[in-house]
Amino acid sequence: MSAPYAKLPGWADYGLIPLINVVVAFGVAGLVVLLVGESPVEAFTYLIEGAFGRGQNIAYTLYYATSFIFTGLAVAVAFHGGLFNIGGEGQAYVGGLGVALVCLSLDGILPWWINFPLAILGAACLGALWAFIPAYLQAKRGSHIVITTIMFNFIAASLMVYLLTTVLKPAGSMSPQTRTFLDGGQLPKLNFVFDWFGASVRSSPLNISFLLALLASFLVWLLIWRTKLGYEIRTQGFSPKAARYAGIGETRIVLVTMLISGALAGMMALNPVMGDANRLQLDFVTGAGFVGIAVALMGRSHPAGIIPAAILFGVLYQGGAEIAFMMPSISRDMIIIIQGLVILFAGALEHMFRPSLQALFASISPRSGAGEAAGQKGA
Amino acid sequence: MDQAFVVLIQLLDSTIRLSIPLMFACLAGLYSERAGVFDIGLEGKMLAAAFAGAAAAAVYGSAWIGLCFAVMVSVALALVHGFASITNRGNQIVSGVAINFIAAGTTVILGQAWFAQGGRTPSLTAETRFTGVHLPFAPELREVPVVGYIYYELISGHSMLVYLAFFTVAFTWWVLFRTRFGLRLRAVGENPAAVDTAGISVTWLRYRAVICTGILCGFAGAYLSMAIGAGFVKDMTAGRGYIALAALIFAKWRPVPAMFACLLFGFLDAVSIRLQGSPLPIVGPVPTQFMQALPYVLTVILLAGFIGKAIPPRAGGVPYVKER
Repeated sequence: MSAPYAKLPGWADYGLIPLINVVVAFGVAGLVVLLVGESPVEAFTYLIEGAFGRGQNIAYTLYYATSFIFTGLAVAVAFHGGLFNIGGEGQAYVGGLGVALVCLSLDGILPWWINFPLAILGAACLGALWAFIPAYLQAKRGSHIVITTIMFNFIAASLMVYLLTTVLKPAGSMSPQTRTFLDGGQLPKLNFVFDWFGASVRSSPLNISFLLALLASFLVWLLIWRTKLGYEIRTQGFSPKAARYAGIGETRIVLVTMLISGALAGMMALNPVMGDANRLQLDFVTGAGFVGIAVALMGRSHPAGIIPAAILFGVLYQGGAEIAFMMPSISRDMIIIIQGLVILFAGALEHMFRPSLQALFASISPRSGAGEAAGQKGA
Repeated sequence: MDQAFVVLIQLLDSTIRLSIPLMFACLAGLYSERAGVFDIGLEGKMLAAAFAGAAAAAVYGSAWIGLCFAVMVSVALALVHGFASITNRGNQIVSGVAINFIAAGTTVILGQAWFAQGGRTPSLTAETRFTGVHLPFAPELREVPVVGYIYYELISGHSMLVYLAFFTVAFTWWVLFRTRFGLRLRAVGENPAAVDTAGISVTWLRYRAVICTGILCGFAGAYLSMAIGAGFVKDMTAGRGYIALAALIFAKWRPVPAMFACLLFGFLDAVSIRLQGSPLPIVGPVPTQFMQALPYVLTVILLAGFIGKAIPPRAGGVPYVKER
């Protein structure tokens, strides 16, 4: 079979095409704004102002981005292994249970800097556990991981509602949430960093799990591109046949990849549960698991792309609140449209602009055109 | 009449009402997936159709115009899915996910902008909905013991779309297994290269399958907002598209078992609504959440191969590339 598309220069492949896709997605979103009867330009101004206007806003933007980095990495790791983990939402939800269990049992006894690693472990373990069953079923019983992870999202939602309304809620309370964690279960905020730059932040939920997210991005890069396991994961994802021929155990790779993916998704829970609300609440994930899909697709599954993509969605979440405040007819559901459009254009339609771009490059420089021809002959 | 019998009939009656949207969506998925195009965007198409139907019915004051709009919007989204996954050979799962989000966001934004009722559409009056129709002789036969009562309470008195759903099951079976189009549709899902060799366009065949999916999702959405509901409410599909997908797998991609799978999942739903936490005779109190999760748990168990094996169409999810 021939390679359907010839090679573009690296910067065009990893920079220009995602950029075009995102711009088109925003263009279509702008049309929706027009349809609603508002000005897209004005909306865009509010978006930027709301996301970057003051130190406070930047802190909020980064707070949202923290969650999306985790879920984006989770989806990306699975992508590298040729798996589509659509269950980040459920894994993060159950990961929150791990955070809450650690905090509820130890917050009065130990300081936060001991509880933090334990909570990371709790979140990662439960997130991984929630990914393990679909992974096992995919590897051993051949059931499709997309369907099973979707099912597990719903099962997680039912499970957590049940736990929060019965076991985890303090006696006598009506609202489905745990008690507020004591000091030992609260992560320190990063507001002081903004003070260094002279921007005062009164209160923001940005906390040190943002640094953990950056560390996790680096570790994922290390894992995927600098270790033997990462090489095996990429081989499995690129060509399962080649992986089998090379003696890479398919079952092991599927299981390990999904465990890592689930652990990363589970760690997302640290940010809202331990860093902001300081209690486990109903539906605290609020779609971050699904945003992870858009982030991973936009960031081409590379940590260097995932961080800016996550920040972009942080901008949408934070700036979107500003738009909703200034233009009541554009509620925060606009973000869901943009998210869908980004997934559509950066994911499903990623090849749409490629042929014309290739033709353009071929016409500009004859060398790359010749390369294209040679590539097609060779393939 | 015996109390238990009346309760049972009521339960079965709500089973039918609750399983109809699943049945339409499930059959919709069946066309697409049998042709080799995975579609997890059933949820989004249903939601968009529910909104379009209720909005058009409210504005133009006619249920039929509402239904037309529901189908048109759903087909348009189906064509987007087709364009991404057939023409551009994109990832079908990613495309389906995208459509779900676009529908979820757009319905609320447009609903708020047009009607300013917090994302709802105006309540529909009886004339602009698909209300129950009485089958012939239903009131007269009501007094006949058992049979007449069942006929009056359970079989008669549903909306026209309910009967259409059951008809669609039979029709789909006929199309799939007794027509040339159906044969080719199944073939293109198993081995598109063979279909191509026979001189039949894989692309056109798959587009037609995707359009069928759009039409049926339109009915599903219209039923939600214009038959059991009286207007659109934010996120009113509430995961039914995914349950329909589960039912499709449960039925191993066959129309008649699909009907039974949808009835089963509808029954579970009806039971959980009826119980609302009150204890069962033998097992004691069952949490509502457990009943809600049961269809998903059953599907996972089925997928794991513990209740027979569900083998998807062989070419499902794989874009067709002509040999060059």
